[in-house]
Amino acid sequence: MDFNDTPEEAAFRAEARAWLEANAPAHEIPEGVKLDDADEVARGKAWQRALYDGGFAGITLPKVLGGRGGTVIEGVVFAEEESRYRLPKGPYVGIGLGMAIPVIGKHGNDEQRARFIDRTLKGELTWCQLFSEPSAGSDLANLRTKAVKDGDDWIVNGQKVWSSWAHESDWGILVVRTDASVPKHKGMSFFVVDMTTPGVDVRPIKQISGASDFNETFLTDVRIPDANRIGAVGEGWACCMTVLMGERLGSGSSKSAMAPILDYAAATPRGTGTALDSSAVRLSLADALAEERGGKYFEARLRTMVSRGENPGALAGMVKLAYAGRQQRALGLAMEIRGPEALAPSADDATTRELQYEYIWSTVMRIAGGADEVLKNQIAERVLGMPGDVRFDKNVPFDQL
Amino acid sequence: MNFDLSDEQKMLAEQARGLLGERSTPDRLRSLIDAGAEWDESLWREIAEMGFLGAAIDEAHGGLGMTELDLGVINEELGRANAALPFFSSIVLAADAIQLAGSEAQKAAWLPKLASGEAIGTFAYAEGAGGWNGPALKAVLDGGTLSGTKTPVADGGIATVAVVLVQSGGRPALAVVDLDQAGVIRTKLDSFDQLRAHYALSFEGVAAQLLDGPQAASAIERLFDRAAVQAAFEAVGGTDACLVMARDYALERAMFGRPLASYQAIKHKLAEIAVALELARSNAYFGAWAAGESADDLPIAASAARLSAITAFEKGARENLQVHGGIGYTYEANCHFYYRRERTLAISLGNREAWADRLIAHLPGSQVKAA
Repeated sequence: MDFNDTPEEAAFRAEARAWLEANAPAHEIPEGVKLDDADEVARGKAWQRALYDGGFAGITLPKVLGGRGGTVIEGVVFAEEESRYRLPKGPYVGIGLGMAIPVIGKHGNDEQRARFIDRTLKGELTWCQLFSEPSAGSDLANLRTKAVKDGDDWIVNGQKVWSSWAHESDWGILVVRTDASVPKHKGMSFFVVDMTTPGVDVRPIKQISGASDFNETFLTDVRIPDANRIGAVGEGWACCMTVLMGERLGSGSSKSAMAPILDYAAATPRGTGTALDSSAVRLSLADALAEERGGKYFEARLRTMVSRGENPGALAGMVKLAYAGRQQRALGLAMEIRGPEALAPSADDATTRELQYEYIWSTVMRIAGGADEVLKNQIAERVLGMPGDVRFDKNVPFDQL
Repeated sequence: MNFDLSDEQKMLAEQARGLLGERSTPDRLRSLIDAGAEWDESLWREIAEMGFLGAAIDEAHGGLGMTELDLGVINEELGRANAALPFFSSIVLAADAIQLAGSEAQKAAWLPKLASGEAIGTFAYAEGAGGWNGPALKAVLDGGTLSGTKTPVADGGIATVAVVLVQSGGRPALAVVDLDQAGVIRTKLDSFDQLRAHYALSFEGVAAQLLDGPQAASAIERLFDRAAVQAAFEAVGGTDACLVMARDYALERAMFGRPLASYQAIKHKLAEIAVALELARSNAYFGAWAAGESADDLPIAASAARLSAITAFEKGARENLQVHGGIGYTYEANCHFYYRRERTLAISLGNREAWADRLIAHLPGSQVKAA
């Protein structure tokens, strides 16, 4: 066990750090500056292009796919160094790198790999994920959006939801039903869709926070060429699994979510001192901080597994499960610590407003990317070897459910 | 960056697990309790022969000179077996205290005997309900004479030597005292943990030596931090045992026509324990690494390891019994060993509140005074 870099890792870190020092500052977004979405995406694309030109796009992606072919640990080292800067890195870039490239790389053909992977690495293409539907969330395979073959094309009709940044995306990764006469996991196929295709209608969802991070995407007689089908007809579920695997392993940002909350408590007056003088406050925050540190070192253990070619499987879900619940508890606690001020902060108290927003957002984390309950089932079944749930949809054709 | 046990450490774990699984069975533990035994004396000799007692004692003093992480591996297995051994008292506390604070002569006098198991040590810090910090500490070492009462002291009935937290010259210090002398009064207490006997030790002006090696000034904090990491390993082993026990019972027990393990209420409960266990284990690993390689990180690493281990074992011990239902409340079932040991580990060496204070106080830029 050694937490320090090996000589090779240290050399890579030095190279990454030097390159970032020379290139990152020009792309930073100053603290407190809020860009409109189109501008943020344009900045994100520009930074991705800089990474590509510097040889740091797709660090862990194999060289045959156009990546750097680096180790898992090198990917983590770069993310740690990169997270020292305030760079435009959002889902608009992340979905392409973390989901579209892996699924096209694994299930696509050579022509598709040539069309999409390099341009995505360069930041020329941004992607959104068109998976969930109003009646297909945790039970994704219940999706109803369907595609019907028409000559060399497919005609797609249906509704997708929770598609982050779809309004600013060039392409989407899409899973649809192509055969309702077979059990639900078997009748799906996977496509990439140009978001400018007629019939694609992206509408923002007004969320409980007041913001609209997510969209619903209506697909009405959308014509997709068969050349944009990824994998065989009926291979859709396997493609989804490839995408969702990428979603579970974190990027390795070294930032602590608890540190700002501790700072906030230390900056909150209480009597002649601060809120941290209260033993109850210290106990609650220390417990959360200890848990956060455990998550950080657990991720380090998972990366060690991955770097040896082992698959952590459902263990990876533990990190997100613990994180999401802890964020909600700690942010809610921070509001309590602040007291009535947290309910209606003064105009100049940007920190408290940010914290209110984070508290509302924290509830998303418990649902998106594997809801708490789904992750607990997976841990129980795949890590602990407990039986699967009783289910009524197994081996039943989708159109008879 | 490599955050896993080495192959040698995995072998050490297997070796320890094999021996303890064979010798320290639940039936063995019950027979020790029934006989009123304070420890498993024959098992103690066996682990001494395997070199476990001297694992982290340096080679010059009869040990194997292994790392804190190797010691952690052993403690995890002792926790899994809920072994009735004074390992924590003698090795993790007394021997480490002498290693950290002792002079060369004091190390030479005691460490080889502790490493071989010939001597059994304990660490006497508590003084009843009043705490042991600062002015609350009443045991005094004055001119080589120790007076005061320490209570409760784990393994105080079988220990032959104690390291005692005392006031000396107005400051807290560590003293070593041979317990086989007149003026040492041992009073057996009713111990909550039936497999770890506690005593009150009264010292009526007995001979004791100040541990006065070159590092003595910083030794008390380091001793508590390092022991907190090892206690975390023991709790991790106990949690893992509880999780496996609950899972196995739920798999074999049927209810309303299906396995108990197929109910989400049970699956989710055990998944939560599994998460808490892995977070605690990860903090324990980092704590052991910091104890050996990164002293500046140790206070925070040890506090975090301690807090998350308490959380994990608390969930594990309680919910294991809960999953067993009524049978879990019987002496014949094995849940109670862990249910009691969990409290022992959670409360010894300072409770959650104390370690939370230590964690917050050592954060960079913290305004909170160290406890």
